[in-house]
Amino acid sequence: MAGLAASFGSGAMTNDISGMKDSDVALIIGSDTSEAHPVISARIKQAVIEGKTKLIVIDPKEIKMADFATIYACQRPGTDVAVFNGMMHVILKNGWEDKEFIKNRVEPESFNALKTEVEKFTPEYVEKISGIPAKTLENIAELFGKAKVAALYYAMGITQHTTGVDNVKSTANLQMLCGNMGVPGGGVNPLRGQSNVQGACDLGGLPVVYTGYQQVVNPDVHAKMEKFWEVKLNIKAGMPMTVAFDKAYDGEMKAFYIMGENPMISDPDLHHAEAALKNLEFLVVEDIFMTETARLADVVLPATTFAEKDGTFTNTERRVQILNKAVCAPGQAKHDWEIHQLLANKMGLSWNYNNAEEIFCEITAVTPSYAGMSYKRLGRMGLHWPCPTADHPGTPVLHVGKFSKGLGTMFAIPFRAPAEIPDADYPTYLTTGRILQQFHTGTMSRKTEGLNNLAGPHAMISVEDAERIGVQNSGDVKVTTRRGSIVTKAFITKRIPKGTAFVPFHFWEAPANKLTNNALDPVAKIPEYKVCACKLEKA
Amino acid sequence: MKITINGKTVEAQKGQNVLQAAVANGIYIPHLCYHEKVGAAGKCRACVVEIEGMRGLQTSCSVPVRDGMVINSTSDDALHAQKLVIDLMLSSGTHDCLVCEQNGNCELQDAAYFLGIERASLQYGDICREFDTSSEFVYVERNKCISCGRCVAACNNTVVNQVLDFGYRGHSTEIVFDTDKPMADSNCVQCGECSQMCPVGAIVDKNSRGKGRTWELDKVETVCPYCGVGCKLELHIDRKLNKIVKIKGVEDAPTNKGMLCVKGRYGFDFVSHPERLTTPLIKENGQFREASWEEAIELVATKLSGIRDKYGADTIMGLASAKVTNEENYTFQKLMRTAIGTNNVDHCARL
Ligand code: SF4
Ligand code: SF4
Ligand code: SF4
Ligand code: FES
Repeated sequence: MAGLAASFGSGAMTNDISGMKDSDVALIIGSDTSEAHPVISARIKQAVIEGKTKLIVIDPKEIKMADFATIYACQRPGTDVAVFNGMMHVILKNGWEDKEFIKNRVEPESFNALKTEVEKFTPEYVEKISGIPAKTLENIAELFGKAKVAALYYAMGITQHTTGVDNVKSTANLQMLCGNMGVPGGGVNPLRGQSNVQGACDLGGLPVVYTGYQQVVNPDVHAKMEKFWEVKLNIKAGMPMTVAFDKAYDGEMKAFYIMGENPMISDPDLHHAEAALKNLEFLVVEDIFMTETARLADVVLPATTFAEKDGTFTNTERRVQILNKAVCAPGQAKHDWEIHQLLANKMGLSWNYNNAEEIFCEITAVTPSYAGMSYKRLGRMGLHWPCPTADHPGTPVLHVGKFSKGLGTMFAIPFRAPAEIPDADYPTYLTTGRILQQFHTGTMSRKTEGLNNLAGPHAMISVEDAERIGVQNSGDVKVTTRRGSIVTKAFITKRIPKGTAFVPFHFWEAPANKLTNNALDPVAKIPEYKVCACKLEKA
Repeated sequence: MKITINGKTVEAQKGQNVLQAAVANGIYIPHLCYHEKVGAAGKCRACVVEIEGMRGLQTSCSVPVRDGMVINSTSDDALHAQKLVIDLMLSSGTHDCLVCEQNGNCELQDAAYFLGIERASLQYGDICREFDTSSEFVYVERNKCISCGRCVAACNNTVVNQVLDFGYRGHSTEIVFDTDKPMADSNCVQCGECSQMCPVGAIVDKNSRGKGRTWELDKVETVCPYCGVGCKLELHIDRKLNKIVKIKGVEDAPTNKGMLCVKGRYGFDFVSHPERLTTPLIKENGQFREASWEEAIELVATKLSGIRDKYGADTIMGLASAKVTNEENYTFQKLMRTAIGTNNVDHCARL
């Protein structure tokens, strides 16, 4: 979320789900919404069929949402910055930008820099980079630029690139240019992939911040946290996971404590991840199943599932909602917080939480954006953060009237090609992602037989590529990249353009991440899962 | 505004229809095709009432309230008409409540009970459609369908998957998937919205069949553990077995309005899966062995402290989780930062 924080001062989905019906135009880019966020896709489709919203879809795959789109465009993977710059070029050329908004809410120098940068991104130039016909880009820019209020939705298709932060900043540029910020039905809306990614970030599950994005290296914050927790704290920022894996590989890192995650499926370049974990002196895994990662551990601690606990999740629209315990945990499995408390006390601290609600009280005491919340106030409907005081109604729409950082910043973003693009040896684009019936590394979803029957491992390939390599639907196809290869079932579809293949990442039998490139975005350190070069063969 | 229903003066809101106002005030009027989410269809005519100043019987789901309106839903004429409708429905399908999954949770049954209909007065002999059991999660028994149209409206206008429709004409009208394909071969995405909306036992959750009568199951509201939409779920729990047997979407939840996807509604087998970890495990000579909590915690604490003291706290990394609660992410990072002394905390989903 580094990109949005730099533009607006805060890096979360800016608008809420209920407001999705208020957009005149919605642009979906880099999100296979009906597969990865099905219920949000229903909200958007409702607005489309009721005639309230016109939809634009830009995606290398002709995703289902494209069936509901007024305009669908297929870009080459990894060329989003060019597409955004091209849209802004056309909007500026025709004077469709929101001049009032830019004057009042955007740093003027940053706007000028953006203007200069996008000048060369004529539709014809963008067509050369992205493959989107110049005329189509013009139509997209017109529909979007002339809309009274337009929303922008994206997901990992925007962030999982070496240019992920650039992509995100571009979404912010566009929405500021068109004055779509701080209004219902507008906004920059990254759709979060997991039930509590937002919460994990909010609660300090990041190397550079405590809860509520309070900077670790800020001396005032440091002093506040030392006082609050009554311990000496490290003021040095921590390292991101991807860097830690590299250092573990090199032998510099000695121990990992992994809670409820399965990097042995989700990490880019699985060989590297496995070697890194095996190289550690000590690995603890806390989870509900013996995952691929847990198998490598020295100690495995049994934890509880969502159905067995009280607590809260923060969803993609920043709504904090209560979970209620429904069943008892099996055997001796314990809640994660109970395990942490046992460990903390064994290591000489004295924690004394009796239940999740007491922890939540502590969270609100030290986290400004959650300060006004309590289980009682969250009730059945929850509250959107920021909710700073006990009488604050919560904030469904961010940046109304003013950005968190004051004036918004636009960024001049040059186009950079993906780290690896097709060449003679590896002539096909490979992109990875999710499918509806499975979830993340499959630890939960693959335990339901019916879901497995609906969706097993496969590679989506185009009709043309299938013909070229001579593979039939459901026949075995071998996908090879510079990092490895997998054999899986071919799923031949018109929804994929020639020269591109898609592999879902949920399956250990055919792990997409054996293939992906672990080249990182220089700022966000997110790997380029969404594009690399591969070779398809009949297996 | 004030309206009078069955001699009782009650409060009503502008924009409500008569049926909504009645239900909001705890007055039951039989209704089958109306549902808040799909609106009035005016199809079933079970909801007919008398309204002063209007001629004939009116379908209460389609008449907007007006201040001072006087409504009678239990006049002889109204009750007679309601009975006729319900009787006809009971007559035209296999409404064998004893074995029906929906028993106790069926709106047709409720209406019949309210109207005092013991058994259908006529029997059509010719309705014997095949069951559609082709799909993974949804069980379709068209012999119980009362053609209310709620599933069709919901599939097309609520979840907008555009799979369900009415096919064929007149007496043979029935719900069809795409061009009358078996559900499994259609474009259905198994979201289960049709099953949630069906007022009778015609579309039900396949794997919940026979797993417990609605009145025996505890209902607990919580949040879906899968994607970031945060749909609210109502878990139906068999307490004796300590098991989730069914999941419904919470209708008034602002995130999902009762909608769910195939994972949230049907993907809960992992909770009571036999492979769940139930005891701490310690690896010895490449093999895991069971251990007590005391032993495991002692070992982890000793190892982590040892590594911290020998190589420094920053050689230890903690991975928080996008699947556990806020409270647990909080205690995790607090543990890393206070007990171990490093800011090396991150999680796997960096979006
Ligand atoms: S399960 Fe969903 S998609 Fe399938 S028919 Fe029912 S409502 Fe439509
Ligand atoms: S299947 Fe159920 S919801 Fe659909 S028309 Fe028949 S009775 Fe109504
Ligand atoms: S039910 Fe489906 S859409 Fe809703 S939160 Fe769960 S996974 Fe996401
Ligand atoms: S509920 Fe009014 S006509 Fe069916």
